[in-house]
Amino acid sequence: MTGANRIPGAGRLTPAKTARFTFDGKSYTALEGDTVASALLANGVHLVGRSFKYHRPRGVVSAGPEEPNALIGVERDAARQQPNVRATVQEVFDGMKTISQNRYPSLSFDVGSINNLLSPFFAAGFYYKTFMWPKQAWKHIYEPQIRAAAGLGVAPTQEDPDHYASRYAHCDVLVIGGGIAGLSAALAAAKTGARVILCDEQPEVGGAMHYDKSVTVDGVDGFTWAQKTAADLAKMSNVTVLTRTTAFGYYAQNFVALVERVTDHVSKPDRRLPRERMWQVRAKRVIIATGAIERHMVFANNDRPGILQASAARTYLNHFGVAVGRKVGVYTANDSAYEAAFDLKRAGVTVAAIVDCREKPGEAVLAEARSLGIEVLTGHSVIDTSGKLRVAGMSVARNGSTAKRNIAIDALLTSAGWTPSVHMFSQSRGKVAYDAASGAFLPGVYAQDCLSIGACNGTNDLQATIEEALAAGELMAKASGFEAASKVELQAKNAFQWTGGMSGAAEGAGEDTTVKAFIDFQNDVCAKDIRLAVREGMHSIEHIKRFTTNGMATDQGKLSNLHGLAIAAEALGRGIPEVGLTTFRAPYTPVTFGTLISHSRGELFDPTRKTPMHALEEAEGAVFEDVGQWKRAWYYPRAGEDMHQAVNRECKTVRESVGMFDASTLGKIEVVGPDAAAFLNLIYTNSWDTLKPGRCRYGIMLREDGFVYDDGVVGRMAEDRFHVTTTTGGAARVMNHMEDYLQTEFPHLNVWLTSATEQWAVIAVQGPKARDVIASLVEGIDLSNEAFPHMSVREGKICGVPTRLFRMSFTGEMGFEVNVPADFGPAIWEAIRAEVEKAGGCAYGTETMHILRAEKGYIIVGQDTDGTVTPDDASLSWAVGKKKPDFVGIRGLKRPDLVKSGRKQLVGLLTKDPKVVLEEGAQIVADPNQPKPMTMLGHVTSSYWSENCGRSIAMALVVDGKAKLGQTLYVPMPDRTIAVEVSEMVFIDKEGVRLNG
Amino acid sequence: MLLIYCPYCEEERSELEFRGAGDAHIVRPSNIADITDEEFEEFFFLRDNPKGLIFERWRHINGCGRFFNAARDTVSDKFKLTYKAGEPKPDLDAAAPAAALVETYEATESNAK
Repeated sequence: MTGANRIPGAGRLTPAKTARFTFDGKSYTALEGDTVASALLANGVHLVGRSFKYHRPRGVVSAGPEEPNALIGVERDAARQQPNVRATVQEVFDGMKTISQNRYPSLSFDVGSINNLLSPFFAAGFYYKTFMWPKQAWKHIYEPQIRAAAGLGVAPTQEDPDHYASRYAHCDVLVIGGGIAGLSAALAAAKTGARVILCDEQPEVGGAMHYDKSVTVDGVDGFTWAQKTAADLAKMSNVTVLTRTTAFGYYAQNFVALVERVTDHVSKPDRRLPRERMWQVRAKRVIIATGAIERHMVFANNDRPGILQASAARTYLNHFGVAVGRKVGVYTANDSAYEAAFDLKRAGVTVAAIVDCREKPGEAVLAEARSLGIEVLTGHSVIDTSGKLRVAGMSVARNGSTAKRNIAIDALLTSAGWTPSVHMFSQSRGKVAYDAASGAFLPGVYAQDCLSIGACNGTNDLQATIEEALAAGELMAKASGFEAASKVELQAKNAFQWTGGMSGAAEGAGEDTTVKAFIDFQNDVCAKDIRLAVREGMHSIEHIKRFTTNGMATDQGKLSNLHGLAIAAEALGRGIPEVGLTTFRAPYTPVTFGTLISHSRGELFDPTRKTPMHALEEAEGAVFEDVGQWKRAWYYPRAGEDMHQAVNRECKTVRESVGMFDASTLGKIEVVGPDAAAFLNLIYTNSWDTLKPGRCRYGIMLREDGFVYDDGVVGRMAEDRFHVTTTTGGAARVMNHMEDYLQTEFPHLNVWLTSATEQWAVIAVQGPKARDVIASLVEGIDLSNEAFPHMSVREGKICGVPTRLFRMSFTGEMGFEVNVPADFGPAIWEAIRAEVEKAGGCAYGTETMHILRAEKGYIIVGQDTDGTVTPDDASLSWAVGKKKPDFVGIRGLKRPDLVKSGRKQLVGLLTKDPKVVLEEGAQIVADPNQPKPMTMLGHVTSSYWSENCGRSIAMALVVDGKAKLGQTLYVPMPDRTIAVEVSEMVFIDKEGVRLNG
Repeated sequence: MLLIYCPYCEEERSELEFRGAGDAHIVRPSNIADITDEEFEEFFFLRDNPKGLIFERWRHINGCGRFFNAARDTVSDKFKLTYKAGEPKPDLDAAAPAAALVETYEATESNAK
């Protein structure tokens, strides 16, 4: 037996196919196809959770994604635990473990339910008012306590072991929703040959056919017709039918995001399959057929377990074969709930009474109720309920009377009417319009190429829905360029036309401040809270929403929004359309982070760039650092060395013999064309006309505002060809900057720009023995100082491989930079490495590179400059062409603020105690004893221990720094104040003789 | 995610391929070195932040690499037109009534009628 409440012969599940699962440790048997909710109800379990704020016992309310109460944790194994899963959506699989949430120590005895008694202290907005003092207590006491007591499930602590997929899809017509309307529209569109995608969030299409057993389409039972139609559609090559797939976001230009749940319902999933798949669909046209959601009635204590939507009770009976009770009451404001009573009655369930707050229900349903012998109390209301962990009785009174009659029940079905699901339409930025006749917000002004049909468009008659759907399918296909060969025709019948409906508080929802008539179950918002919000001055529905938290939980107010709005409108004395709806936002239902990020995590979160020589450097024991996306060799420790020792050794070795360095990450741009020099004249502050082919120059690039943007050495390979280098981090943006000016400001210049960063492997060989090291490898280039002086470039061969050989230095030593095509990088690295070894040299990393350049006062743009530094601030005025008529930044440099005194200038700093190494970023003051806040003169930009100098060295931006040479300044630190002397920026070889070897 | 028509590729491509590049039709003065502080301020710093139609530069950076101009409605986030760099600013007055039909963001935020 799969539950005492399973009705033999009822429902569409197969009794022979069972699955075992646990809920809070207790084992239950379900049928294949059950949701956790239907399986629990089959076993008589209504109590499934505790409410957010008051910890009131709560049961299943719905049979779909709108479920506010039945949120559970689902556990597959230690790592696969998902909180806040809606039990009404999650299908049971064999071996699944589920747990209830927000209760301690147990679901039936929850100490937190004291909040229910203390509720006068927890009025709407209580946390804005109550926990404001003392200030520190909010962060350290109140918030952690409130978060622990209120709330939802617990996030898993292990990394998500599942994988997720993502794909793009294009179609002519996307149909959202696979009910009768969506299927009919898809059928009509598909018959034209248009590419159609149909998605539906449930495991099976059919929508309302899950509960409405009375429908026939073309003489076939509605649910059966739906399955057959979906199967027929799926067979067509131009159609994709996606079930268990929720359209959760509608974005610009008919870009709709769907999430397909691939394995969450499977007991032993194929691990090759993704758990979920995100579809990013670009549709020429979209048909929205999302149906409607039944609202609950708002009255006192309407939240006890066992009180649920009438349509949900019908779904549990007609689809899952489960009776939600043995003696049920019905409380309604519209006709649809009657059919739930009829179905249950015919299944053998006692219907205690139908309480209808209207005086005049529909004639047809009244007649049917009479013939089935069901007592109908028109003009009555349920004014209260009883029962501790499950509803046990309802108090019924004639409207306007206080005399009440208590009726024993074990389930209560309520229906206040139907809310069209305009979520997708509204997300598409369409404007909804209030339809007074139906009391519903319906699609009004469309903002995109979409069309709403069926119940979400306010069309309730079945045949009318089908005709609307067929026309829409044909129209949208035609708009995408497809003609219908023949018309699709369908004839449908159902039992009753429904009338009626209400929104807001019913009788017995209390005018006072104590009655709990819930509108938002998940956030424990009652009718009284909305009224309180209005009394406290919230007049905008957006403010009311935030003050009361109505509609802000994971269900996003699918049940509560219209009720809240109606009560607010009443309290404000305004009409519903004047008060207006809050905005519908994506996602329609919660989406896992896994689906959204898909493969973009771990190593795939961001690309990793490695130089051609990476593996060789790794083999030599290099420690790498991240520089943007690049991995760069940081230092090469030898046995027993720590970083400090390794770097000191590397620094000494380069100055004493020779070192080699992987400089491949430098940005490289090939600038070619008859106007190449003219272009560089505009892009750089320097003049390039005078640079002869075969020579190099250090160039500064500014932004138009006059601040340093990038720098680098540029070699002139030929009259019309330059080899430009940029900083590692600046490569892409410098290329963009150059392209921008070339394409838009200087399009008359005949120049081509090509990014060559990854085409060249670059090996810097630096030190007194640099020439000796490469001499035996280089062919066809005279390496002598006379033939190949500092700042020159030659083309030739190294080890038989073509090279652009630069004579340049970022260390202050004689240096060469060997550029070879990237694929030859490793071979040339090995060849040079062997020569370096012979010369007693070593490979060095970025840390040593930084120290060596700082010893020479060479700046690093982005470290010693920060976007507010001019060439003059950095003592680079010599690189600004004084006679040039134009270059980018020429006018910016003349701005009053850039030429006035008192600017921060780049200078050297020497600590009074040579052993003390300053912290980069530390602030500099003139008087360390001044009261706080101190006047800060600048900050340390670069600071290192220099083994070559035998002391610490630093660079800093200091107000009027160049005028402060020799002065003592102070660097206050948390534990001490460090005295420093302002110095020149060059700490070694001030004359620059070492460059010549 | 928007679709943007690249006037060089002559194709609608995904927004992911493009990058915005600020206001369009701001001409760098040919005598920029000689302009006054006020003129430089106007050229470099001052920008309108219109509600409605804006002319701006985009680059098809992960495509053909070309900079081009676009007329976009900042309220509806819809592209009215894209055109090649250097082409004159188009007169979109004729399209104004169509723009008026586009409901404002504020209207969809609340008070939907």
